[in-house]
Amino acid sequence: MFEYAPAPESRAVVDIKASYGLFIDGAFSDPADGASFKTINPASEEVLSEVAEGGPADVDRAVAAARKAYDKVWSRMPGRDRAKYLYRIARIIQERGRELAVLESLDNGKPIRESRDVDIPLVAAHFFYYAGWADKLPYAGFGPAPRPLGVAAQVIPWNFPLLMLAWKIAPALAAGNTVVLKPAETTPLTALLFAEICQQADLPPGVVNIVTGAGDTGRALVEHAGVDKIAFTGSTEVGKAIARSAAGSRKKVTLELGGKAANVLFEDAPIDQAVEGIVNGIFFNQGHVCCAGSRLLVQESVYEPVLASLKRRMARLRVGDPLDKNTDIGAINSAAQLERIRTLSDIGGEEGAERWSPPCDLPDNGFWFAPTIFTGVTQAHRIAREEIFGPVLSVLTFRTPAEAVEKANNTPYGLSAGVWTEKGSRILWMADRLRAGVVWANTFNKFDPTSPFGGYKESGYGREGGRHGLEAYLDV
Amino acid sequence: MALGSTRTLVRMTATTASDLSSVTSSDAALRAFLHGLPGVDQVGAEQRAAMLGTRSIKTTAKAWAIDLAIRMVDLTTLEGADTPGKVRALCAKARRPDPADPTCPPVAAICVYPAMVPVAVEALAGSGIHTASVATAFPSGQAPLEVKLADTRAAVAAGADEIDMVINRGAFLSGRYLEVFEEIAAVKQACGDAHLKVILETGELATYDNVRRASWIGMLAGGDFIKTSTGKVPVAATLPVTLVMLEAVRDFRDLTGRQVGVKPAGGIRTTKDAVKYLVLVNETAGDDWLDPDWFRFGASTLLNDLLMQRTKLTTGVYSGPDYFTLD
Repeated sequence: MFEYAPAPESRAVVDIKASYGLFIDGAFSDPADGASFKTINPASEEVLSEVAEGGPADVDRAVAAARKAYDKVWSRMPGRDRAKYLYRIARIIQERGRELAVLESLDNGKPIRESRDVDIPLVAAHFFYYAGWADKLPYAGFGPAPRPLGVAAQVIPWNFPLLMLAWKIAPALAAGNTVVLKPAETTPLTALLFAEICQQADLPPGVVNIVTGAGDTGRALVEHAGVDKIAFTGSTEVGKAIARSAAGSRKKVTLELGGKAANVLFEDAPIDQAVEGIVNGIFFNQGHVCCAGSRLLVQESVYEPVLASLKRRMARLRVGDPLDKNTDIGAINSAAQLERIRTLSDIGGEEGAERWSPPCDLPDNGFWFAPTIFTGVTQAHRIAREEIFGPVLSVLTFRTPAEAVEKANNTPYGLSAGVWTEKGSRILWMADRLRAGVVWANTFNKFDPTSPFGGYKESGYGREGGRHGLEAYLDV
Repeated sequence: MALGSTRTLVRMTATTASDLSSVTSSDAALRAFLHGLPGVDQVGAEQRAAMLGTRSIKTTAKAWAIDLAIRMVDLTTLEGADTPGKVRALCAKARRPDPADPTCPPVAAICVYPAMVPVAVEALAGSGIHTASVATAFPSGQAPLEVKLADTRAAVAAGADEIDMVINRGAFLSGRYLEVFEEIAAVKQACGDAHLKVILETGELATYDNVRRASWIGMLAGGDFIKTSTGKVPVAATLPVTLVMLEAVRDFRDLTGRQVGVKPAGGIRTTKDAVKYLVLVNETAGDDWLDPDWFRFGASTLLNDLLMQRTKLTTGVYSGPDYFTLD
C-alpha cells in the first residue's frame, strides 16, 4: 500500500488576530454597539477569531465613507490611476498568496490544494484583468464615456470567500465605483486580510469598506438609502427578498443565486476524462458550488461502465484535513450546512433512491460529509430538484439527446451545465438548447476572469466577469 | 462513430475473455474495435496528470517510494560505445546500487543491446536481477520481420529473459493495425519464456487516442508489458501518456483477467519525477501495479538521484554526485 504521509501546509505563514473591527474609511474601528461573533475552523470547530458585528449605525458610517470617497476621489480619478491601484492589489495578492490560501482553508474548510491552485490565482487574475479595463472603459461598448453608478453594496457567500470578493470588488473599482462589502458570517477572515492589503496598497480611504456581520447586517446594507447598486451572491431565497426590497428604488441589482446543474454524458464521451469531470463537477469545494454539476445525466447505453468507473474513482478521494496538501475533499463549512445536506440526503433515501458512498474515515471533530451518489433518481425526487450545496450527486439516465435537453432544463435554476461528447456538432446543438448561463463542453467548473458568468431563471440575473461584468457597474 | 463506441462499450462490459480473439480476426474487426474504444480528451488527461503531480509525498511515504522506485529500475545502457567493461560495471551497480548501504535494494533489471547480453547474464548470475535486451531492430524497427525475429531469438538464446521490442510505427500510423498485431504476436512467440515488453514509441504516435489503441494492440498480441519509448526520439515518457497506458492495462485486466505491466522510459531523471509516476500508478491502476513485476522505469541517470535522495533521508545530509558511481 502506498500510504501518503501527512503533508500539512504550515499555519505559521498567517497571523490571525484575536479580534477584528470593521474596515471603514481606510481604518479598522469597533462597531457602534460593540457586538461581535466568533468565526471557527469548520475542520476542528476551533475558534479562530472574534469578529465585529456591524449594525445599522456602522452601515451608515460605511456608506457615508464610500460616498465621500466616490465624490471626492475615486470617480474623479483618471482610469489609468485607478488601474495602478488595482494592479498593485493584484501583485500583493500574488505575493501574499500562500498566506491567503492558508487563511481561506482555515476559515472555510476547503482543501489547501484548491485554495492554493484555484481560488487565490483566480482572485489575482480578476484584479489583473479588471485593472486592464480601468482606462479602457470607452472601448467596452457602453458608449464613449460611461459613468460609474456610485456606491455599491455587495454581499457575498461563504463558498469562495475571497474569490467572490474579487468578482465583486475588481469590476466595481475598475468602473469607478466605491464599495461596502459584507462577507459571509462564517468566512470573514480573508476579506479582513484583504482590507489590510488595501491599506498596504495605499488605496484611498473609503474606496473599499468591509462590514462584517450576519443576515441583519446584510439587510441593513442592501436596504440603505445611500447605495446605488446591489450585487448579491447567495441563496435564491435571500436573492428574492433583496429584489423585493430594491423594487421601485433607483438601485440597480445583480443577483447570482442557486443552481442545480445538469452534467450530460453521452455514450461517445471520453469516459475517463468525463468521470474526472463528474468528480470535479460535484466534489470540488465539497460541492459548495452554486454551479456544481449536481445532476448527472448519463446515456443509458453507457450507464453501467460509467457508474462502475465513477465509484472506483470516488473510492480514491481523500477526505480530511483541509491543510493537508493531499486532501481532495475538506470540511463542510458549518453545522447548519451539514444539517441541510444530511436532511436532504435522508429524504433522498426515503424517496427510494439508492445511496452509495465509498468507505472513508471522517474526523471526529468538525463538520464532515462523505462524498455520496444517489442512483435510481427521477426528476420528481427532491434531491434532483433542490440545491443541496454539498458533495451529493444525483444520477439519472436518458435515452435520446432531446430527452437529455428536456431533463437538463426541467429545473427552476439555470446557472450552468456540462456536455460530454467527442462529437463537436452535438456540443453546439446542446449548447444552443440548454437554458444555462454557462455550458461547459468536456470540462466542468472552469473559471476565467474574461468569461462572463451568471444565471437564467431563478439562478439570478446580471453577469460577472469579462466585458459583460462591467455593465453591472456602469450607468448604461 | 457513435454507434461503434456504443457497441464497444457494451462489449467491454459483457464479453468474456475468449470473445476477444474475434477482434483480431481481420483488419476490419481490429479497426472497428480500436476505433470504438472511448476517446481520450487531451486537455482532461493532461489536467489529471498535472493534478496528480501536485501530490506531496514526504517523510515515510517518500522513503517507501524511493526504495520501490529503485527496485523498479531497468538500469539501461544503449549506446554504440557500450563495452563489456561498462556493462559489467553497470551490473555490479545493479546488485548493490549503494555500496555504502547494504539495506539499499537491487534494481529490477539491466537493459542492454543483444551483443551485450552474454556479459550481463554472466555478471548478474545468481542475483535474481533480470537481463533485458532490446530487439527487433531497435530503436527504429525498420527491418524485415525475419531480421526482427532472428534478433529476438538471438537475444533469448544468449540468455535474456526480457525482450524490449519496438512496434512498427509506420504500419500503425497508416492504419495497418493487423500487421502491427501480427508482428508483435510473432515476436512474442519468438520470445519463448522470455517476457515481452512492447515499446509503443509514444513520441511518434502524436495523439493519446493512438496511445490507447497501440496499448490495446500490444496487450491483445500477448505483450507482458507496454512501454512508452525507446529513449532515442525527442519526446520520451510523459505523465499523461503513462496515465493513458495505465488506464488501458486497468481496463484490459477488467475485461480479460490478464494483468499487463507498464514501463515509462526515457526522460525520467529525478526522484521527484519517479514519485509522480508512482502516484499516477497508485491512483489510476492501483496497488496491484505497485510492484517491479508490473511497473518499471527505463532509466540510467535516475538511479543516482534516487540514491542521493535516499541517503539524504537517512542521514539528513546531501552528499553530492561525487559520492555515487557514474556509469
